[in-house]
Amino acid sequence: MSAILEVRGLGKTFGGFTALNDIGLAVAPGERLGLIGPNGSGKSTFVNCIAGDFLNHSGVVLFKDQPLTGMKPHERARLGLTRTFQLPRPFRSLTVLENVAVPLRFSVPPLAMADAEARACACLQLVGLHDKARSYAHSLTQVDLRKLELARALVREPALLIADEVMAGLSHSEVDQILDLLFAQNVRGTAIIMIEHVMRAVTAFSQRLAVFVAGRKIAEGDPRTVLATPEVEAAYLGI
Amino acid sequence: MSRLLRFHLGLAATGIVLIFALRLIGNDYAWYTGYVILQYVLLSVAWNVLAGYAGYVNFGTAAFFATGAYTTILLTKSLNLDLVLCVLAAGLISGGLGLAVGWLTLRLRGVYFSIATLSLAVVLQTLVVNWSYAGGSSGAYTMRPQGNNLFGNYSEFLFVLMLVLALGAIAAAAWIERSRLGMGLAAIRDDERAAAAAGVPTLRLKLIATAISGAMMGMAGAPLPYYASYLNPEAAFSLTYTINTMAMTLIGGTQSWVGPVIGAVLLSALQQGATVTISSAGNLLIVGGVLILFVMLAPKGILGLVQASRGKGGAA
Repeated sequence: MSAILEVRGLGKTFGGFTALNDIGLAVAPGERLGLIGPNGSGKSTFVNCIAGDFLNHSGVVLFKDQPLTGMKPHERARLGLTRTFQLPRPFRSLTVLENVAVPLRFSVPPLAMADAEARACACLQLVGLHDKARSYAHSLTQVDLRKLELARALVREPALLIADEVMAGLSHSEVDQILDLLFAQNVRGTAIIMIEHVMRAVTAFSQRLAVFVAGRKIAEGDPRTVLATPEVEAAYLGI
Repeated sequence: MSRLLRFHLGLAATGIVLIFALRLIGNDYAWYTGYVILQYVLLSVAWNVLAGYAGYVNFGTAAFFATGAYTTILLTKSLNLDLVLCVLAAGLISGGLGLAVGWLTLRLRGVYFSIATLSLAVVLQTLVVNWSYAGGSSGAYTMRPQGNNLFGNYSEFLFVLMLVLALGAIAAAAWIERSRLGMGLAAIRDDERAAAAAGVPTLRLKLIATAISGAMMGMAGAPLPYYASYLNPEAAFSLTYTINTMAMTLIGGTQSWVGPVIGAVLLSALQQGATVTISSAGNLLIVGGVLILFVMLAPKGILGLVQASRGKGGAA
């Protein structure tokens, strides 16, 4: 099979602490993969290694069959591998529209300002932020900030999105809004890795589930089966 | 007529008006004062390219400025180059210095970058002090020509030169603000990691900004040996340039090129006035006092005050 993302033997240590240990994982094009695990299990470290924030790790990460070794975050983003941050990180001095235009202005080749704004506008329409296009981040609600974060990651129609806890702290109906957005984007062809503690969302969304505990992948497969295995119950649910 | 063309014509008209106004005064001191004010306009606009647009505070203004001044001294002494060519060379060399320093230090973020740039001035000053061809610690003299082909009066020529440089810097800064580069720098200033995740090549844009900023500062310093006729390392690398430039920009406001221009004109006019009427030693005291007032009462500078009064809050 030709995976969009293939991770082999990924390891990362901070001093004497092993944050990730020999992780192997593959994501097929257009797949929806859920990634769960207790706090401190290495999920965010995993994202940072794949997105290029930690260049110094062991193992290989292949994206579209191309090794990403040594590639900086912006180069990976331009290839179509985008991520959102756990805490929204908007560009505060830019309008919502400009925020979403930035990735387009810095794609290869770059879009002209007018084209970038038109496409950013269409993307804001999709996530439901179009009526706030001229506002600044400080006037947005928490759920709108998450939508902005998603719009910025999705506007370039990436091949793979890593959604790092985009639903944390949102209400029931807000979680549904974000889920709808992610489903819609998935239909448009983007493979999505969802890292999430909101179990209702992960189980509803994922075609496949991987579980990290203490830097190791302890289970992977069909969500129901994985959640029913004793190791996962013991480690993740603390039973 | 396009907005850009109108803007450039406006800049040119401002320049011509300034020249004729000062000719009416017809006093050498007027050219001197105008020169110093414009020099600070140029330095502040340059400093703001890195600090205001990209969010990187450079404490090395004096280093780039002095590099420009010493480029003129060395090229005049060795090749007897014309000042205009020296200014261009100073731009290239200081821009190259900006690139080199940026490459070494821009991996450092925030305050660490600032400390690194501060040490640049110390390193370069030590180098010049021990370089006897450049005049060493006792300094170097520059013979000032009697006149100039186009401008009878050499003081007027220096003023016009600085005027052209300052207006050129303003045009460049205004262009950056509206360009793709400006948008990328704003993203870096707001959140560097998020900018990288959005595909912005952060290191490359920061290097471009440092090079442009450094080149402008170097050109600001290039005519100094002719303006002062004598230059020593202590004067050229004076921390005063660094502090004045920062204070003027912060007082004016960092949001656009207008801020540094307003700050530099107001503060250096005030300084020049005080030098004549009170004492020349009071300059830094004035800067310090005004800066403290602004930090307490208007932390976003004059531009921030204007925007607040118009009720368009915007950026945090």
